[in-house]
Amino acid sequence: MAMIELSVKILRYQPGKDEKPHWQVFDIAVEDESTILDVLNEIHWQHDGTLAYRRSCRSSICGSCAMKVNGRNVLACETPIHRFGSKLKIEPLSGFDIIKDLVVDLDPFFAKLKRIRPYLILDKPTPDKEFVQSPAQLEAIGESTLCILCAACSASCPSSWPNQDYLGPAALLKAYRFIFDSRDDGADQRLEIVNDKNGVWRCHTIFNCIEACPKKIKITEYLSRLKVKVVENSL
Amino acid sequence: MKIDEARNYHKIDAVIVGAGLAGLRAALEVAKSGLSVAVISKVYPTRSHSGGAQGGIAAALANAAEDSLESHMFDTIKGSDYLADQDIIERFVNEALKTVYEFEHMGVPFSRTEDGRINQRPFGGHSSPRACFAQDVTGHVLLHTLYEQCLQHNVLFFNEFQVLSLLVSEDVSRGLVAWDIRNGGLHIFHARAVLLATGGYGRAWKVTSNAHANTGDGVALVLEAGLPLEDMEFVQFHPTGLYKHGILLSEAARGEGAYIINDKGERFMKNYAAAKMELAPRDIVSRSEQTEINEGRGIGGKDYVYLDLRHLGRQKILERLPQVYDLALNYLKVDGIKEPIPIQPTAHYSMGGIPANVRTEVIKDASGTVVRGLYTAGETSCLSLHGANRLGCNSLQDAATFGRLAGIHMTGFCKENGFAPLPAQPLDVAQVKIDRLRQGQGKERHAPIREKLQENMTKYLGVFRNQEDMLKMLVMIKELQERYRQVTVDDRNDAFNLDLIEALELENLLSFSEVIVEGALARRESRGAHFRSDFPKRNDGEWLKHTLAWRRDGKIVLDFSKGVVIYPQYQPQERKY
Repeated sequence: MAMIELSVKILRYQPGKDEKPHWQVFDIAVEDESTILDVLNEIHWQHDGTLAYRRSCRSSICGSCAMKVNGRNVLACETPIHRFGSKLKIEPLSGFDIIKDLVVDLDPFFAKLKRIRPYLILDKPTPDKEFVQSPAQLEAIGESTLCILCAACSASCPSSWPNQDYLGPAALLKAYRFIFDSRDDGADQRLEIVNDKNGVWRCHTIFNCIEACPKKIKITEYLSRLKVKVVENSL
Repeated sequence: MKIDEARNYHKIDAVIVGAGLAGLRAALEVAKSGLSVAVISKVYPTRSHSGGAQGGIAAALANAAEDSLESHMFDTIKGSDYLADQDIIERFVNEALKTVYEFEHMGVPFSRTEDGRINQRPFGGHSSPRACFAQDVTGHVLLHTLYEQCLQHNVLFFNEFQVLSLLVSEDVSRGLVAWDIRNGGLHIFHARAVLLATGGYGRAWKVTSNAHANTGDGVALVLEAGLPLEDMEFVQFHPTGLYKHGILLSEAARGEGAYIINDKGERFMKNYAAAKMELAPRDIVSRSEQTEINEGRGIGGKDYVYLDLRHLGRQKILERLPQVYDLALNYLKVDGIKEPIPIQPTAHYSMGGIPANVRTEVIKDASGTVVRGLYTAGETSCLSLHGANRLGCNSLQDAATFGRLAGIHMTGFCKENGFAPLPAQPLDVAQVKIDRLRQGQGKERHAPIREKLQENMTKYLGVFRNQEDMLKMLVMIKELQERYRQVTVDDRNDAFNLDLIEALELENLLSFSEVIVEGALARRESRGAHFRSDFPKRNDGEWLKHTLAWRRDGKIVLDFSKGVVIYPQYQPQERKY
């Protein structure tokens, strides 16, 4: 283990103090095995307590620490600094209002989730034990259930940036997850919701979301299957 | 101090602190009854650390092999090293199946058997394959499903709020005061019933699987309110923490057949638990690992051993253990298909917490006097279901089952009781905390104090403990508490003041850590996760009892008059695996 000198450029914004976001550079030394989150902690704990960012689990499951590093959306906690060399440029996710520094307002993101009715809709009684679902039926939705709602996908999506009403990749992926769940009876309702200019049709298969997804979910592919389902359903 | 009544005063039937599995499951139950219910969380709900649970949720469904409620009950009793209250375990196993089937009906994507039923895998200390799982992301899918259910039932969410004081007086809960992290400002939540579901307190240690958020805020608030904590010295060290990071690698790895090996390539568990090997309970596996390390058989003589997945093969690893595989690859650059993964024991689960009865009502003494309107569930509670050592996959079941029961009991209470009046100056305690940190003149910063606490808790209050080490720790904690009085923050502003939140959390860490050390010093025996090198035997004659601890006049007062509930058919025996 060795120490490494880093030049870390962070987009700062303090509400009530700054008129607009501006860059600040921190020159620090950290262990070469550090993650981006370690770097932020080092700055926050040792250099400037006013720096704000979100983090919690440190193990890439809670989705708190999605941010843009050298132009790429990543989870700070799982991203080693050696991927970037000695110059880091850290900024908040694009397409969301900045609350402070690296902290963005995710309320609109979570509100979109609610719009697609993200819960099993049943018009049959529940059995005494579990519903039968074969491994193959589970496989159809398996990967989509790994989404951690970090918003890295939405923030990478050029269709999302100019249009706040677009449901966006995460909510659409969630729609996919329920529509293709063999237990669910709510497909018609949800297909109607996503069959909209601000629904699946706003996805222009740019594939940025797949690249941004820290869970490597093939989001674009699932959204394409959703489009097919919408068309099939309307025939 | 005045408050903006329109904006900052909330009158809500049931207020739940914490948006993990216990909090959300309770909220859902209350919401279905038509009462108003709010969840207050310092993170967005899906960020809660229940999502970090990986391996499974325990229930004797008998989908993968023969199983029974009696077997689940006995395994849990034995796993607890006989300190758990058996009436609580009985209730738990009786509710467990229902809890899992309800989750399935909500849409949880459980992994399946060939014939389409919920799949189950073996787990440490369980005598049948009992862990119902979704790959190795079980907590994640349960948490997200519950959050979605709460959205459907219009639970109110106050995301990014930090609770600063409980409004409890004359043994009645009246509500609480919380700080709005995003905008700044104090809010009063006036409630008929309050549930504390704030999770564990593992952040007192440096090497831990816990999230940054797991600072034991609930236990510290209870202590501050003059109420007791129970069995705080019992903290589980998980045997498969990712080396140096402490990040959890699921017990599911061993459930699927992984080995733990030392520097000689030996599966050393044969020397400690020959029958169960790697699937002995966690306290035993962690102690065995630490013994190997202490005796020089760590890898290259260092402070770690290996978790070996290689013989499981690529397909099983990627299908059943994708998260374990990714974590090792991302954080240590170790490819678990080809190489063994460096691991060490990591502070993981808090068996101790806020004492409560089987109805999840918080109690204030050894005779079980209830604090009216105050409830607790999940890791922050001590019912006591897990006693001196929790079995893997019992925690998700605990949080969900007692969360659900808490919701039922709170609903009943709210329907029969009005809003107890608030105390005269409800904001004072919280305001003082904020003002001291933002307006004080002290020169201390929170980070070095926290670092010193965590490093030394790992050093002195780890898998093995002794009087000399713990006395050092106690002196140090008092020094750090003294230094804390001089802490001020760099950030004096309102909006998203992380500096302030971390400083407030540190006060909590310092407060309950003292209780942990006092309890561990007093308990002169070894039981479950609490192992004293100077008292290496379990001593049922003197210590088959719970620890209650209060802070009175700045000192920790202990009481050992709360006995353990033991049924005639489950008398304590020697614990062998």
